[in-house]
Amino acid sequence: MCLAIPGKIVEMVDMENRIAKVDVGGVRRNVNVGMLEENEIAIGDYVLIHVGFAMTKIDEKQAAETLRVLEEIGQFDDEFEQFKTALE
Amino acid sequence: MKFIDEYRQGDIAQKLAEEIAKMTDKPLKIMEVCGGHTHTIFKYGIEDLLPPNITMIHGPGCPVCVLPIGRVDDAISIAVKPEVIFTTYGDAMRVPGSKTSLLDAKASGADIRMVYSPLDSLKIAKMNPEKQIVFLALGFETTSPSTALTILQAAKDDVKNFSIFCNHITIVPALKALLDSPDLQLDGFLGPGHVSTVIGTRVYEFVNTEYGKPLVVSGFEPLDILQSVYMIVKQIVENRVEIENQYGRVVERNGNQKALEALFEVFELRDYFEWRGLGSIAHSGMRLNKKYAAFDAELKYNVPGHRIADPKACQCGEILKGVKKPWECKVFGTACTPETPIGSCMVSSEGACAAYYNFGRLSKIAQRSA
Repeated sequence: MCLAIPGKIVEMVDMENRIAKVDVGGVRRNVNVGMLEENEIAIGDYVLIHVGFAMTKIDEKQAAETLRVLEEIGQFDDEFEQFKTALE
Repeated sequence: MKFIDEYRQGDIAQKLAEEIAKMTDKPLKIMEVCGGHTHTIFKYGIEDLLPPNITMIHGPGCPVCVLPIGRVDDAISIAVKPEVIFTTYGDAMRVPGSKTSLLDAKASGADIRMVYSPLDSLKIAKMNPEKQIVFLALGFETTSPSTALTILQAAKDDVKNFSIFCNHITIVPALKALLDSPDLQLDGFLGPGHVSTVIGTRVYEFVNTEYGKPLVVSGFEPLDILQSVYMIVKQIVENRVEIENQYGRVVERNGNQKALEALFEVFELRDYFEWRGLGSIAHSGMRLNKKYAAFDAELKYNVPGHRIADPKACQCGEILKGVKKPWECKVFGTACTPETPIGSCMVSSEGACAAYYNFGRLSKIAQRSA
């Protein structure tokens, strides 16, 4: 319930409503970045995503490490499938 | 030890467990608060790896597992209304109410939809202006800021047909209740990882100062958990009681200020909230405050609001407090299975019973026959 999946910010979609597009394993979805300061994030940054919201900024190494952990605990597929169902 | 063999870093895990064993043979009870940790512990048989003097107690950190029967009934009472599209995280679909679950209600024709995010629920509301869209909000502080930001968005966009049935809970009062519980003698806590990303580690500082117990915020993989157990045991043998952070890479002492601001803007604490198995805990539940009352499904709809006791055969309460292990429950694995759960600990893969049923029972059976 409390797991999060790492993604890379590829586009600032709507900064007034704090929406950015992130890429997770080639799948792109809009997420809300309202929990992060506006000047904190830029295209190319990695974030941890939970239920459609970026919870915290992480670096590339942490993103790779988090992916590995999700795989390791057998939760990657579940998190990824849920992420894919996000409505556009 | 069977499961840790499948783990890539099994050798390091084994060494850590040996180091833990060397430090003390004093019996110690350590509670992992987070359901994600419970899942990892069972998946990798970490209890079998730890020395026999160390017992892991599986705490109440699975929000689906602590949702009381009465609240499930209330949710269903809203979901079956013909004008309502009821939206929920998938995890909550199979939680048994007094008669049915949301899944049963959906099979009987109610418009109940699983969503990934509360924002998706808000989108459904915008796409269906003739309908009322209700979101079943549940979870600890990992999830509640997302609900709060969704409410702020709904207010900004002036969406009138969206509301939430709020069951958000907060971890600190639950920890206090556990520490005050006379039948529970714990020696330390593994603190939740992502909840702490939001609330920070500072809020746990009563655990060491007022109750004299160590707490280590932990990551989610087997090595994280073993390392955190090591840190707790080390504190105990060195007579230290501190709040330490093993998951430093994503957790800071002060938490996420923007997430906390959104929580304070939108929610207020209820006087009491009921937890399945644990009973009523003061100031442990959240609801929308007056300013956002228009989005409160509990005010919009007349829910029954009954308190319903857990089924007699079910021992989820004892299991959530760590007084009993899943396999000691009379109905475990017989009348109560993940397919037909009686208690909610059997519903979510983060619940101690389901995790144990899925991963642990084989090792226990092997032990018994050895």
